Amino acid sequence: MLKRLWLIAAFILPGAAASAQDAGFPLLHADTNINDVQSLQRGARDFMNYCSGCHSLQYLRYNRVAKDLRIPQATMASDLMFTSHKPFDHIVSAMPAADSVTWFGKQPPDLTLEARYQSVDYIYSFLKGFYADKTRLWGVNNMYFPNVGMPFVLAPLQGVQKPVYKSVTDPGGQTRMELIGVAPMTPGSMTPEQYDRFVRDIANFLDYTAEPIKAQRESMGIFVTLFLLVFFAFAYLLKKEYWKDVH
Amino acid sequence: MAASPDSADAGKSRGLIHWIDQRFPLTSLWKEHLAEYYAPKNFNFWYFFGSLALLVLVNQIVTGIFLTMNYKPSAAEAFGSIEYIMNDVKWGWLIRYMHTTGASAFFIVVYLHMFRALLYGSARKPRELLWIFGCVIFVLLMAEAFMGYVLPWGNMSFWGAQVITSLFGSLPVIGGTLVEWIRGDYVIADATLNRFFALHVAALPLALVFLVIAHVMALHEVGSNNPDGIEIKKLKGPDGHPLDGIPFHPYYTVKDIVGVAGFLLLFCGVIFFEPNFGGLFLEAANYVPANPLQTPPDITPVWYFTPYYAMLRAVPSFAGTQVWGVIVMGSAVVVLFFVPWLDRSPVKSIRYKGPIYKIALALFVMAFVTLGICGMHPPAGIYPLLARVGTAAYFAFFLLMPWYTKIDSVKPVPERVTGHA
Repeated sequence: MLKRLWLIAAFILPGAAASAQDAGFPLLHADTNINDVQSLQRGARDFMNYCSGCHSLQYLRYNRVAKDLRIPQATMASDLMFTSHKPFDHIVSAMPAADSVTWFGKQPPDLTLEARYQSVDYIYSFLKGFYADKTRLWGVNNMYFPNVGMPFVLAPLQGVQKPVYKSVTDPGGQTRMELIGVAPMTPGSMTPEQYDRFVRDIANFLDYTAEPIKAQRESMGIFVTLFLLVFFAFAYLLKKEYWKDVH
Repeated sequence: MAASPDSADAGKSRGLIHWIDQRFPLTSLWKEHLAEYYAPKNFNFWYFFGSLALLVLVNQIVTGIFLTMNYKPSAAEAFGSIEYIMNDVKWGWLIRYMHTTGASAFFIVVYLHMFRALLYGSARKPRELLWIFGCVIFVLLMAEAFMGYVLPWGNMSFWGAQVITSLFGSLPVIGGTLVEWIRGDYVIADATLNRFFALHVAALPLALVFLVIAHVMALHEVGSNNPDGIEIKKLKGPDGHPLDGIPFHPYYTVKDIVGVAGFLLLFCGVIFFEPNFGGLFLEAANYVPANPLQTPPDITPVWYFTPYYAMLRAVPSFAGTQVWGVIVMGSAVVVLFFVPWLDRSPVKSIRYKGPIYKIALALFVMAFVTLGICGMHPPAGIYPLLARVGTAAYFAFFLLMPWYTKIDSVKPVPERVTGHA
């Protein structure tokens, strides 16, 4: 039975659109800061403008984001909500699921928890890892997600990157080309520094959506720890007092 | 002469207690289990983990009740309801993290509690039944943790349930039917989730609470062991109380509060600063909803099951069946029940045992940790070999115990307990 399971796993895995860990490239360091509200605000704006057409944040509500990121409700409604949703609604993409399967082969994944499922560094790397590949339907591939099904919607910003190959000879004498990285090909509207910040902001925003309480939890933890240290000290002194007469 | 207001109040409360005592054994229970339960005065660090296990049990029950108020046990809604708890329920995130961290804390505390028994011979006569109750609690705790892990209905929940329920399928003849009966369907599905929910929130906690009560009653019947492994009841003072005993309350209640404070510092540190605990307490692969068509890259159980999972995988299939691994894994738990009779040393505590037992116990701990690490990695490279050596060492510790404890040297055991902290 177990063996059967491993077999199932072996068959399904290659078809499961290769997860990030399989690609083998070390992830870039995103260096995000969950307490940087301005970065989160920019990330929210950019996510809504460039990502939310296809990707949902279905476990989170617009008004929660507005509150946490100090975005006025009116601004949220006028500038960041592109659907007929109300502020208390969940952030769900307007793209019909059935159509998305027809267009892309699968429904674009919900990204609320992407930073916990993959990682912030993965999101950052992924958005910097697209390169031109004529063999793919959308003309692009990704270093960190081989044979990705997503078109590179950020190409007008970053420009297009080209793949860099190295020729590798197998022990059997076969020579093949192996992808070792990407290099700029045609420039986009942003400088590399601007694009890095743009991608970092989105990664930071998705770190927030994966756990909206994170920043608050950490600052709360400091007070909890301080309280427990004082409690520990008093508990210890009380114990010492009581145990004086035990010999 | 009029009594002062204070003594009048005291008289009133004595009156109330007297009223209750005539109808319920409140005072005698208080005396028997706390104020006049005489515990050895030389308990050390290792004796914190019993009261801490009780604390974690209460934590799991209380936070579990609040989670149940917002969790939806259905395949369609379970995953979303966890995020609802995280994002929409006031303080829901804290309740959830207390529960998820509590699950791992429970195993840490229980493993250390069991290790204490191996250190000081706490399982041995007259505490055999106390130990056996503890072993049953351990088995139920594993079932409780496994079913709880399925409830968020993440992808690792699903595939973990798939692997573990499949184990029963390796049993000859009845295997297939048994798996179907457990799952309530041909595959892990909504029916499985519903029954696991029922067992996780009602049946198993109820059984656990009863067993914990039995465990404490058995303990108070025979009296606590101590780091010297000698019976304090042998030497009693003129008042009839053990010379080396002190009342549990107030001495050990105030001492255990110190333990609780220390524990909470670590526990809250995890909750507030690193609730995933590097992927050990909450796994990244479980942050995507259950998908029967997509197996996670590596199916690994939560850390506390990995030593046993490694044993399961360490045994190769033989005669066309995988049942041997299941038998070995099951035996690894069953063998614990026999510890009181496997140790043949004339002394209980490691303090007075010879070098052989000390080496054996050290090797056992190394084997257990090694197995735990093996269980976290795919069975490739060095890991299958390590897991086999670890499995052999795990069983050797128990099965050879009657022999090596007998030939081991011993030191003279004192009449009275030595020192106290």
